[in-house]
Amino acid sequence: MRIDRREFIQISGAAAAGLALSSCAGKGGIFAPAREQAKTLQIQDAKETTTICPYCAVGCGAIVHTAKTGKKRAINVEGDPGHVINRGTLCSKGAALRQLAENDQRIIQPMYRAPYSKEWKKVDWDWALTKIAQKVKATRDATFQARNVKGQIVNRTMGIASVGSAALDNEECWTYQALMRAIGLVYIEHQARI
Amino acid sequence: MTNHWIDIKNSDCIMIMGSNAAENHPISFKYVTEAQQRGAQLINVDPRFTRTSARADFYAPMRSGTDIAILGGMIKYILDNNLYNEEYVAAYTNAPFIVGADYYFDDGLFAGYDKQSKTYNKKKWAFEMDANGVPKMDRSLEHPRCVFQILKKHFSRYDVDLVSKISGCPKDALIEIYKTYGATGARGKAGTIMYAMGWTQHTTGTQNIRTMAIIQLLLGNMGVAGGGVNALRGESNVQGSTDHCLLWHIWPGYLKTPRASNVSLAAYNDKWTPQSKDPLSANWWQNYPKYSVSLLKSFFGDKANAGNDFGYDWLPKVDDGKDYSWLSLFDEMYKGTFKGFFAWGQNPACSGANAGKNRQAMANLDWMVNVNIFDNETGSFWKGPGVNSASVKTEVFFLPAAVSVEKEGSITNSGRWSQWRYEGPKPLGKSRTDGQIILELGNKIKDQYKDGGVFPEPIRNLKWDYLSKGKYDPHAVAKEINGYFLTDVTIKGKAFKKGTLVPSFAYLQADGSTSSGNWLYCNSYTEKGNMAARRSTKDASNNIGLYPEFAWCWPVNRRIIYNRASVDLKGQPWDRSHWVIKWDGAKWSGGDVPDGGWPPIGSFDNPNLKSRHAFIMRKHGHGQIFGPGRADGPLPEHYEPMECPVEKNFMSATYTNPTAPTYGTKADAYMTCDPRYPYVGTTYRVVEHWQSGVMTRHQPWLMELQPQMFVEMSEELATLKGIKNGERVMAASARGKLECTAIVTKRMQPLQVAGTTIHQVGFPWCFGWQKPASGKEESANLLTPSTGDPNTRIPETKAFMVNIQKI
Repeated sequence: MRIDRREFIQISGAAAAGLALSSCAGKGGIFAPAREQAKTLQIQDAKETTTICPYCAVGCGAIVHTAKTGKKRAINVEGDPGHVINRGTLCSKGAALRQLAENDQRIIQPMYRAPYSKEWKKVDWDWALTKIAQKVKATRDATFQARNVKGQIVNRTMGIASVGSAALDNEECWTYQALMRAIGLVYIEHQARI
Repeated sequence: MTNHWIDIKNSDCIMIMGSNAAENHPISFKYVTEAQQRGAQLINVDPRFTRTSARADFYAPMRSGTDIAILGGMIKYILDNNLYNEEYVAAYTNAPFIVGADYYFDDGLFAGYDKQSKTYNKKKWAFEMDANGVPKMDRSLEHPRCVFQILKKHFSRYDVDLVSKISGCPKDALIEIYKTYGATGARGKAGTIMYAMGWTQHTTGTQNIRTMAIIQLLLGNMGVAGGGVNALRGESNVQGSTDHCLLWHIWPGYLKTPRASNVSLAAYNDKWTPQSKDPLSANWWQNYPKYSVSLLKSFFGDKANAGNDFGYDWLPKVDDGKDYSWLSLFDEMYKGTFKGFFAWGQNPACSGANAGKNRQAMANLDWMVNVNIFDNETGSFWKGPGVNSASVKTEVFFLPAAVSVEKEGSITNSGRWSQWRYEGPKPLGKSRTDGQIILELGNKIKDQYKDGGVFPEPIRNLKWDYLSKGKYDPHAVAKEINGYFLTDVTIKGKAFKKGTLVPSFAYLQADGSTSSGNWLYCNSYTEKGNMAARRSTKDASNNIGLYPEFAWCWPVNRRIIYNRASVDLKGQPWDRSHWVIKWDGAKWSGGDVPDGGWPPIGSFDNPNLKSRHAFIMRKHGHGQIFGPGRADGPLPEHYEPMECPVEKNFMSATYTNPTAPTYGTKADAYMTCDPRYPYVGTTYRVVEHWQSGVMTRHQPWLMELQPQMFVEMSEELATLKGIKNGERVMAASARGKLECTAIVTKRMQPLQVAGTTIHQVGFPWCFGWQKPASGKEESANLLTPSTGDPNTRIPETKAFMVNIQKI
């Protein structure tokens, strides 16, 4: 049986939960499932990489442990004690970082919603990227402005806009802006504006 | 941030206003606490008693949107009580500059206002120049038209009684704050400000920050350890994404997006390269053409050459005087201007002001590309509340992105530190890194233009060699951002080989012999290696927490910018225990990378002509107390928010910011002093969630901690409305409404504003209809208005009018 934290608190009694955590630890019983899960953590055999927290811009360091066997997924994320800013500490979001990566609600295949449709359908990458590229070309070519109303050279498309993203790495931001500008977009915005 | 996170520990007085750092930047408090343990005072001013307030030595409440009144009062207090650092002010700021006789300020309006266009003619605010074209100065600060005297006169109206009347902040609290913070004007003392969107998201956002910058300049707090003006940026790489300019108005490294009137590269460089006639001004932006040409070489590689203006005409130009920012973008989308839209790692259906307008706007698109980790309210807008899917034409492509721990690359924190991170697990399932998606999409678009198409040159010629064996190579891009020597060259007596990395931007050239995707990052990835990946925990010789070999910081690893103002005219630190740089008689020795290696000026009577003024990025080399480049005035002035609870501006006859933008679609409405919307609303974040919540609402721990939309209100307001803690209520503005759970607390207090009781309520903005699945926990941005700051166009989401009703 696997229990989540809410069920655990319900089982142990919400009022006594704090005490229960310290006094019952190690007695088995309701902790058996947690111990069972802990066995699979085995961070000593995991690949260890450093990362920087993806939430606020303090830039805290974290260590990611990735299993070398099985599904090769992240089995633990914790504060990086060697990081000079956070020295091993993390806030509630940073501490929950593993749940961002290991999350069954993530979308892991491209999806497409047709005009007037009520649902998504799964598609493959090549189909999606080709189709998007065709849309970009058709829209750009149909809306391209070589000159503005004053007759000045502007070489732009007014038919496409872009927002995003401060969630990208620097290198991704640079390539993204380069691509958008090469296509001719002028409406390029992101989180920094809001 | 001009300084950085660790440096907060060096402060003697920390003011947190316009942010709730304890909650939204929790680890920053490690250093706030360390400073407090050393004896520093923590001041917090906020409409709500927050987790930050709980740690403060001194907390005061305020009405949202009255920051300039409060800070203007502080300027008056500092000047009236001679708390400013006179040597600093006279030497490093533009306080001595003489302003032209055309300048005036009258009843809330500056000289040069045009009612029709809602703009100013800024020429009316120009400095007076001498025969050599250098601004006239009076370093004794006595000339009646010098900035210092104009400042004094301007803020003489900000009497503490009037400030209290406007802001609702009690008079004794104001005086205590002014006195405590003003004490950092003493030599060797440092005060810092930690602000965030609580200051920027107003129709007076830029001037909120300008007011504090003026205070910091008066007190000599710029450039010193434990000082600075510190914007606490809210996203892990919003600093980097700004540096690389995913924004309409700027190119990487804060170069200007070309205007249509910049008809050639020469005209463009000429227009945007500032000229200074002052031999003592470094005027660093005089290097502009080196950076713009190097950027074009990174865009187009070998295809860019002097004969084709380095591909300048291949890049899009914007019309002079037109705005293309966020609010205008969604206004145009609402009007049907766009066929296609990329929403890449962003959720404007919840995160944008007036979110209901944004959602309606999306239905006017032919196609949308949404890249994210999770499904979200933007990608699935066509099945949102009240939307009939069968009537929405928009085709939507959802591309699943990898999570940060699954990819390699750098991000830049608020302190300008670029930090490298590594791939842990591989991207889950068929998700891909954003870099992979961008590069493959670029190749697909290039394929489309192989055999024709409209103006194919920029797409065909875009340098796009960042895939290594089909895989996105972040190192290849990071090196391009740093830049290469493209020929064998000798610069400043040093020989460099073609194909090697440029060691710093001082070596970039305007003749096409160097590339650099972003001059500010030139020095980040050199022949010595990837500087952002460094991990040394050894501090610098001054031992103030700079850690110069941990990661890398722009510019050129300078951890505290404007640090040449951290010393007196002889180059000796104002603060000898927390010094940043110091002059040993022959050179700057130890500590931080100085803001240029020039010697100290000595004295203004007999200046060292090899010296340069301290603020090297400013054309005239001085910190700008008087800011004649701003859209809404060269000095800050209190105006009421676009929606406010008072019938007049008690400071002047000019009610709201006369240059603030508004929009006129059916989805736009502004209701000020309207009895239907009697309460001041504001928005904020909670530690358990992040931004619109896409990255936190799908996580069980975080959802358990903070499960639902709420509105926080005072006990008095709850009593007035017959609302009990925990009950569901309906919140409404002129633009939208949403259900919330009432949280009745003592953290919100009614304020006395001009003899009237004003109630404020607060909303977190981390929810949206899609998650939790009930669909009833909606975005606070359904309430917020499409207006904003005239300089930045950041929306006014921190002060707007609402009503609350029990359901």
